[in-house]
Amino acid sequence: MADLTSEFIGIKSPNPFWLASAPPTDKEYNVRRAFEAGWGGVVWKTLGEAGPPVVNVNGPRYGAIWGADRRLLGLNNIELITDRPLEVNLREMKAVKRDYPDRALIASIMVPCVEDAWKAILPLVEETGADGIELNCGCPHGMSERGMGAAVGQNPELIEMITRWCKQTTRMPVIVKLTPNITDVRLPAEAAKRGGADAVSLINTINSITSVDLDDFAPEPTIDGKGSHGGYCGPAVKPIALNMVAEIARSAETAGLPISGIGGVTTWRDAAEFMALGAGNVQVCTAAMTYGFKVVQEMISGLSDYMDCKGFTSTEELVARAVPNVSDWQHLNLNYIAKAKINQDLCISCGRCFAACEDTSHQAIAMSEDRTFTVKDDECVACNLCVNVCPVEGCIDMVAMMPGTTDPRTGKVVEADYANWTTHPNNPMAAEAAE
Amino acid sequence: MTGKLYVEGVTQGRLPPDQLSDNFGDLHPPLDAHEALVAADRCYFCHDAPCMTACPTSIDIPLFIRQIATGTPDAAAKTILSQNILGGMCARVCPTETLCEEVCVRETAEGKPVEIGRLQRYATDGLMARNDHPFARAAETGKRIAVVGAGPAGLSCAHRLAMKGHAVDILDPRPKPGGLNEYGIAAYKSTEDFAAREVDWLMQIGGITFKSGEKLGKTVTLEALKSDYDAVFLGMGLGGVNALGLDGEDKDGILPAVDFIADLRQASDLSRLEIGRDVVVIGGGMTAIDAAVQAKLLGALNVTLVYRRGQARMNASLFEQELAASKGVRIITNATPKAVHGNGAVREIEFEYTDDDLTPTGQTFRLAADQVFKAIGQTLVGEGLPELDGRKIKVDGTGRTSVSGIWAGGDCASGGDDLTVTAVAEGRDAAEDIHATLTGAAG
Ligand SMILES: Cc1cc2nc3c(=O)[nH]c(=O)nc-3n(C[C@H](O)[C@H](O)[C@H](O)COP(=O)(O)OP(=O)(O)OC[C@H]3O[C@@H](n4cnc5c(N)ncnc54)[C@H](O)[C@@H]3O)c2cc1C
Ligand SMILES: Cc1cc2nc3c(=O)[nH]c(=O)nc-3n(C[C@H](O)[C@H](O)[C@H](O)COP(=O)(O)O)c2cc1C
Ligand code: SF4
Repeated sequence: MADLTSEFIGIKSPNPFWLASAPPTDKEYNVRRAFEAGWGGVVWKTLGEAGPPVVNVNGPRYGAIWGADRRLLGLNNIELITDRPLEVNLREMKAVKRDYPDRALIASIMVPCVEDAWKAILPLVEETGADGIELNCGCPHGMSERGMGAAVGQNPELIEMITRWCKQTTRMPVIVKLTPNITDVRLPAEAAKRGGADAVSLINTINSITSVDLDDFAPEPTIDGKGSHGGYCGPAVKPIALNMVAEIARSAETAGLPISGIGGVTTWRDAAEFMALGAGNVQVCTAAMTYGFKVVQEMISGLSDYMDCKGFTSTEELVARAVPNVSDWQHLNLNYIAKAKINQDLCISCGRCFAACEDTSHQAIAMSEDRTFTVKDDECVACNLCVNVCPVEGCIDMVAMMPGTTDPRTGKVVEADYANWTTHPNNPMAAEAAE
Repeated sequence: MTGKLYVEGVTQGRLPPDQLSDNFGDLHPPLDAHEALVAADRCYFCHDAPCMTACPTSIDIPLFIRQIATGTPDAAAKTILSQNILGGMCARVCPTETLCEEVCVRETAEGKPVEIGRLQRYATDGLMARNDHPFARAAETGKRIAVVGAGPAGLSCAHRLAMKGHAVDILDPRPKPGGLNEYGIAAYKSTEDFAAREVDWLMQIGGITFKSGEKLGKTVTLEALKSDYDAVFLGMGLGGVNALGLDGEDKDGILPAVDFIADLRQASDLSRLEIGRDVVVIGGGMTAIDAAVQAKLLGALNVTLVYRRGQARMNASLFEQELAASKGVRIITNATPKAVHGNGAVREIEFEYTDDDLTPTGQTFRLAADQVFKAIGQTLVGEGLPELDGRKIKVDGTGRTSVSGIWAGGDCASGGDDLTVTAVAEGRDAAEDIHATLTGAAG
């Protein structure tokens, strides 16, 4: 069993799996059970200003899309921040932190963009013994209409401003939670850094409509005949989140800024991928909402096994390990040449690779009378589509050609040297770049 | 081509060797990696999962299946083995159709459960193939425990005790450890010498000594064990077999089904094993089914299983009854043996039809029989044992007997079904209680 203890911006937790600010962390009852199940930390459901709390709709607040076997792949919600009074949340946070001193407890906060509002809430939060705060600059529905959440997250100046206020007011570490509803996520990350943030966390949910009722002609979830866009999360958003995490991790401006990775983490592998791309830890919401708190046990055992396998003694060794290999397209090696190879022992002859390649790619797969499928090396451009549509894992491989051999498609000898687009003869800019 | 199928009487080599090895191949072939992923994907990761509740060893089934689904079968194996050290054998022999898979929500919903047993085998086989033993022994405690019987109950108890740092001697009269895993389970459930390989793997924990040739009541007394050791665990199973109570029961060809099966399990060459052309098995449980099926697989032409009550009362599950039927075993119900005919060796056996309450009907029939296998139950043997509850040693929930310092579990102890998995659970739980008692840890 590898040592999974994690230290993120000075906050210790027995493992890098935190529950993201959301319904799973909405109250003491849940959080205690989450800790009992093994979660390393929680970001408490976002707190708002003192006074009458926000209200939620009283109809369905979730919509979903499913894969085969009704496996939940994407979840959409129109829930707001906590609808329970501030003092109740604070009291409960304090009690939980007292009983679970080894677990991380972070307060997520969202108050209006006025300095007094932040100055008022921070001492109250500090009083609970919370290990840090997370500024919710991401909620994309409801709160954003009121100038908070994503409305702040989409405006780097506001991010910088509220981050600075917080850093000036509290000794607690500050995490800024970013919205993905923006064209370039590096800008808000840079703003958070300028404001003095200790870390960023991402992603919050993505604007979405999951489905439309084709009888009532209304987006779902539908509240009395109408629906509004919600925030999308779950396995479906992971690729988007991974990319955003990587963008921040590899940008020179934000290099070294700690990242808490969020978005579709469902298994240990997802978590490891976020960490390899630069996340110091991960936060989880939808997986817990789909499978219950116990799902963390698989994350713990899986990550531990993986680390043992790799000989990693601390999660630090995994964090950002893949970042140097995230590259711009223009720097990819164009002399690298691969060909698809179908393992005939594993092939079940469904023909999906054939349909995909024949109809939509490079007509590089042959089909015999007896349904044997083989790759035509003289047509295959190694696009990987056949691998992706094949239902049998590991049945089709991409095999790199050895330098010195001849690519039957182009008739050219595979070169050992690396060469990319910047120097390619077809690139009109190549001459300039080479100069 | 037909070999010696039609030869009358008891003879060897009724089937050609290659057909024999086909016949005794795996009942449920192992899943390959792709099949395992497809099967694992079907699990819903239920809350407070019914499958887990149904498992006598309370294996965290949803967790281990998720671990397979997420590409960590070794972690899955650890999840299984930490609850059930004989998880490999149980994956093969558990009547899952009446345990975990019967209550799987997908059985309820679709009549097609998640293949829990085969997934368990996939995970444990992978780990054991590399001879990887994922448990380590705690520091030696200096305590010594005698475990009587090297069956699943004794092995499970011994492993848990050894893991806690105690020194364990397992006493068993048989040359090989394993109990019925080695000598009783149907050959097609434990192929390729799995029982012995599993024991070797289990012994890697260290601190366990297997002492064969030691029989409680013969070479050693309970008193002696009590005074020589800090604690005693009794897991000697059921050594006796019930008799039919018929005249002529001692004729050649009439033998306990468990003896036939033990010979079969130990045979190095199945083509040398003798089997009759006409075989009759008496009984309605797992042992009867196993004997009948294996007789058929050995090449007996006519195998008839005769049970005295109605089909619904048979202890063998529907799955097992269907298995027997599919192999060509004829099942006759509501018939009680009345007489054995033949000089020296049995030739025929006579039955009378009886209703579910065993009321005789007066109608009789005879079946030709070169061999008759009795499978009407096993019994506890031994004198001077702790207090009994009916025909078994009385134990409480932690395996304590009426005598302090003596625990019992498995088939010889009261409570629970006579199953491998139950024996494992009881051995493990007794070990925990022995440990708590010896170390003063809270019980
Ligand atoms: C033919 C047959 C098929 C079966 N098939 C299945 C199946 O498919 N699935 C399933 O779950 N269960 C099956 N069972 C039941 C299962 O095998 C038993 O429930 C299980 O083995 C009980 O374990 P145990 O450790 O209590 O006893 P056993 O496995 O019987 O082991 C007892 C051990 O104690 C030893 N012993 C006996 N007397 C003494 C003594 N005086 N001193 C020292 N040692 C002694 C024996 O030699 C033996 O090694 C089957 C049983 C039989 C008979
Ligand atoms: C119902 C629901 C409510 C949420 N509420 C909050 C919130 O109050 N504050 C916040 O920062 N994020 C909130 N989120 C976003 C999650 O914390 C998380 O960023 C997002 O769901 C992506 O992670 P996931 O794919 O693991 O679910 C909410 C998500 C859901 C599904
Ligand atoms: S009952 Fe079936 S679906 Fe549910 S956890 Fe158990 S195996 Fe999985």
